[in-house]
Amino acid sequence: MAMKRYSAFAIARQAMSYHLGWERAWGSPQPKKKYDVIIVGAGGHGLATAYYLGKNYGITNVAIIEKGWLGGGNTGRNTTIIRSNYLQDPSAAIYEKARSLYETMSQDLNYNVMFSPRGLLMLGQTEHEVRGYKRTVYANNLQGVETRWIGPDEVKKLVPIINIDGPRYPVLGALYQARGGTARHDAVAWGYARACSAMGMDVIQQCEVTGVKTEGGRVTGVETTKGFIGCDKLGMVVAGHASVLAEQAGFRLPIESLALQAMVSEPIKPCMDVVVMANTVHGYMSQSDKGEMVIGGGTDGFNNYTQRGSFHHIEETVRALIETFPMISRLKQLRQWGGIVDMTGDRSPILSKTPVEGIFVNCGWGTGGFKAIPGSGWAMAELMARGHSPLTEEFSMYRFREGKFIDESVAAGVAH
Amino acid sequence: MLTLECPCCGVKAEETELQAGGEAHLKRYGPGSTDEEFDGYMFSRKNPKGVHFERWRHAYGCGKWFLAARCTATLEVFGTYPAQSKEPPADLQAKIRAKRPNWEGYK
Repeated sequence: MAMKRYSAFAIARQAMSYHLGWERAWGSPQPKKKYDVIIVGAGGHGLATAYYLGKNYGITNVAIIEKGWLGGGNTGRNTTIIRSNYLQDPSAAIYEKARSLYETMSQDLNYNVMFSPRGLLMLGQTEHEVRGYKRTVYANNLQGVETRWIGPDEVKKLVPIINIDGPRYPVLGALYQARGGTARHDAVAWGYARACSAMGMDVIQQCEVTGVKTEGGRVTGVETTKGFIGCDKLGMVVAGHASVLAEQAGFRLPIESLALQAMVSEPIKPCMDVVVMANTVHGYMSQSDKGEMVIGGGTDGFNNYTQRGSFHHIEETVRALIETFPMISRLKQLRQWGGIVDMTGDRSPILSKTPVEGIFVNCGWGTGGFKAIPGSGWAMAELMARGHSPLTEEFSMYRFREGKFIDESVAAGVAH
Repeated sequence: MLTLECPCCGVKAEETELQAGGEAHLKRYGPGSTDEEFDGYMFSRKNPKGVHFERWRHAYGCGKWFLAARCTATLEVFGTYPAQSKEPPADLQAKIRAKRPNWEGYK
């Protein structure tokens, strides 16, 4: 499907004809019999994988199949935060790759993803946390990730609505990443889908995988609700349902699926132009362009596939944030929703070959997948095209067997 | 809101009283086992979309561990039973099979 470029001229041209001439951004094809590569999951990560397979490696005989609608899973359910201030080197490498790709994504895709590097603060609210974040700053400086430690006065200057005095959790400073921020989450999926479609790839929605076919330890295709589709290589990029798909292919993953919730308030006038994460009290907040306060918290504790979380978790998140941001105490909450996140034991993702030849898995992003979308797709495409990638080396699913954890759960001290 | 009846003290506890402890009936492997076995026990999880057997602790009640059968796709609770059980009680398994005819069994 040929793609007409979006531009100011295109808008002007369309304005002459009452905007009736806009074409569909991506096609809705029926599946072919066979593809070189099938990606299961048309969320951000799946679409980005397909996009970089085409862009970086010229592999365009690709189908991205999706049981719902594209970007309807966690890509449409997150709090759109983008940062790369991780402690461990492999994490910093892939998240910083992602963050740097976000910087030019709108130009690369010719689709406005509204990347807003507005700055991101992770508050230090206990001595322990302060020491942890200072360590992260030192690590980031060595990794080439630009972060710095700022004191409470600078925090107050950046976030006038914050209460730095406590009483329970005074703000002692913050880990500040000036080029962290947010982006329009749906646009990321839509932009990638449009670019994939333009390269001749098939984005097939409403098509659920019901079985994975293998022959002699090699993948041959997938059974779907739209019939059998053959492939040489299969990429599983399905987040919360990774275990279900792996089961169909005959192996297990070190993954547990949990519900994570977020919510937005009624829209208010601009009051906070940075992202603030308060990990000691389990809450984070930013203000959307519409004026809603976007709030996220921690995961529920038990396995859950329902995209509904527990009420008491919302209550805990809000209670914690009200203490840090007293002015939000009388805000009405507009919407609340849940997504199913795939948590690994060390809270780091899995980008890996699997016991089945030709099947690659990209999952385990847990509570922090959105920020990683372009980097994850970039690395996954390299892994699928070349069989190895410097960015994915440490993220093998076999690292648990080898004890080579990338322990970000201790680094963040919280789900992240 | 999730409510589980603690088989130790008989209290119908709601989830803020409880602490989830992950998949139940895992076979423990220690020194002398292979890497695969140890990895399987420590990290690999069934994580099913459907019937799930799991460990819970009545953390803000009697403090005791117990086991529960629950559906992760609907949040329906099938029942709870003592932590000392080697496998889910036969009547509980029958009850689950009646409600989920396609259930492949607890293993």
